[in-house]
Amino acid sequence: MFKGFELIGRYTLLMREVFSKPVKWRILLKQFIAEVDKLGIDSIWIVIIISFFMGAVVTMQMAINMQNTFVPDFLIGYATRDSILLEFSSSVVALILAGKVGSNIASEIGTMRITEQIDALEVMGVNSANYLIFPKVLTGVFYFPLLCLISMFVGLLGGYFIVFTLNSITQNGLLEGYLYDFNMINIYYALTKMVIFGFLITSISSFYGYYAKDNTLEVGRASTKAVVMSIIAVLLFNLIITKLFFNYN
Amino acid sequence: MIKVENVYKSFEGRTILNDISHTFETGKVNLIIGQSGSGKTVLLKSMVGLHTIDQGDIIYDDIQFNSASKQDKRHLQQNTGMLFQGGALFDSLTVEENVMFPLNVFTDLSYAEKREITYKCLSRVNLDTVAHLFPSELSGGMVKRASIARAIVVNPKYLFCDEPNSGLDPKTSIIIDNLIMEITKEYNMTTIVNTHDMNSVLEIGETVLYIYEGNKWWEGSKDNILTCDNPELNDFVFASKMAQKAKDRL
Repeated sequence: MFKGFELIGRYTLLMREVFSKPVKWRILLKQFIAEVDKLGIDSIWIVIIISFFMGAVVTMQMAINMQNTFVPDFLIGYATRDSILLEFSSSVVALILAGKVGSNIASEIGTMRITEQIDALEVMGVNSANYLIFPKVLTGVFYFPLLCLISMFVGLLGGYFIVFTLNSITQNGLLEGYLYDFNMINIYYALTKMVIFGFLITSISSFYGYYAKDNTLEVGRASTKAVVMSIIAVLLFNLIITKLFFNYN
Repeated sequence: MIKVENVYKSFEGRTILNDISHTFETGKVNLIIGQSGSGKTVLLKSMVGLHTIDQGDIIYDDIQFNSASKQDKRHLQQNTGMLFQGGALFDSLTVEENVMFPLNVFTDLSYAEKREITYKCLSRVNLDTVAHLFPSELSGGMVKRASIARAIVVNPKYLFCDEPNSGLDPKTSIIIDNLIMEITKEYNMTTIVNTHDMNSVLEIGETVLYIYEGNKWWEGSKDNILTCDNPELNDFVFASKMAQKAKDRL
């Protein structure tokens, strides 16, 4: 229990350093672009591949389980759309990113720690937490929602592809379902979640990497801890945000 | 000049530095020597702010470092260069970018000006031909030299070197030692070198501080280290049989 509080305290103190004023805004922008390239662009393909296949599988499962004479085809499209928009493209994609991006961040920063590169920054008078972590957090907050939008689009496309290929339900029925009772609040909800998940994944992973110590084994451990804690944080905040957003009693 | 006065430092109840006082002089290469685990790296890291001391004072010329504000500390650190044991070059940057890094962060010079200064430093350490390479493509000696170039690029007043010869062959070690010595004179810096390499001590040790189990045990220079009668220092200096034979012939 005490260890948990200590961990939260250290995380909070680190975040205070991270969100202090950068030495130069131009350098922050340059770092941000580099991080978007490294963490974001590199993740597009995995998001596209997973979203496409998950969209196809979700549609197929809906069709298998719901298709009968009394259920119109558009309901399958409607259920598929809401599954993808509300949970898959934000929560499931965030869990995937926690694994991919989280381990990348923790091992990168952890390696910098044990090879004294972070010490070198500090000795130069650079706020290492701000310099290294802030651009990553910005990438998580601003770029992950974009990945979420891509995932939504590709997921729905995957659903359409499977219907087009197998012809188990009508394409028009599916598209009608995609558009039926569409509410923008679902998109806002998913994007809000992704902003928060982006922050959590990048900051928690950075935290574990930043405090890695001694040797390369510790970097591996830090990386594993970063992924596990990011996943737990995503699941926990998914629950909290959903409760707050829809005021579910 | 850097002064440390009555410095104490402990980790988890274990005393690492016990009442260390010493003055490191400007324009000279000041060595801190001692066995592994004697506390010399802790002292060096405390002096640059990587460790917080429990008690005592660290004074850079007329500025009290340990009680300075974060802002003042950072300002002081911008006048500091440090050569780390493993070089600590940034893996994702080329040698040129590594050396230019402090200029990018702390100056508003144009790219052409920064490039000129960078190449001046790189040619000073004979690395101008490998500026486009990444640290992983360099030899151990080259990494150390690149690290020295990065340390001196902002024309620092203070240079700290933590085991600059570790992992290097004797010949390359002497090249690095001489480079440190030359740069110290050229830039009139206060240079502090942490080492347990006796070749370095005899080559560049203008002032020498010997730390034994966290205590200041002896101070002097390379000229009188071989003839001193401190038993612990003698054990350290003449640890090998060959060195003992050499001493007997002195």
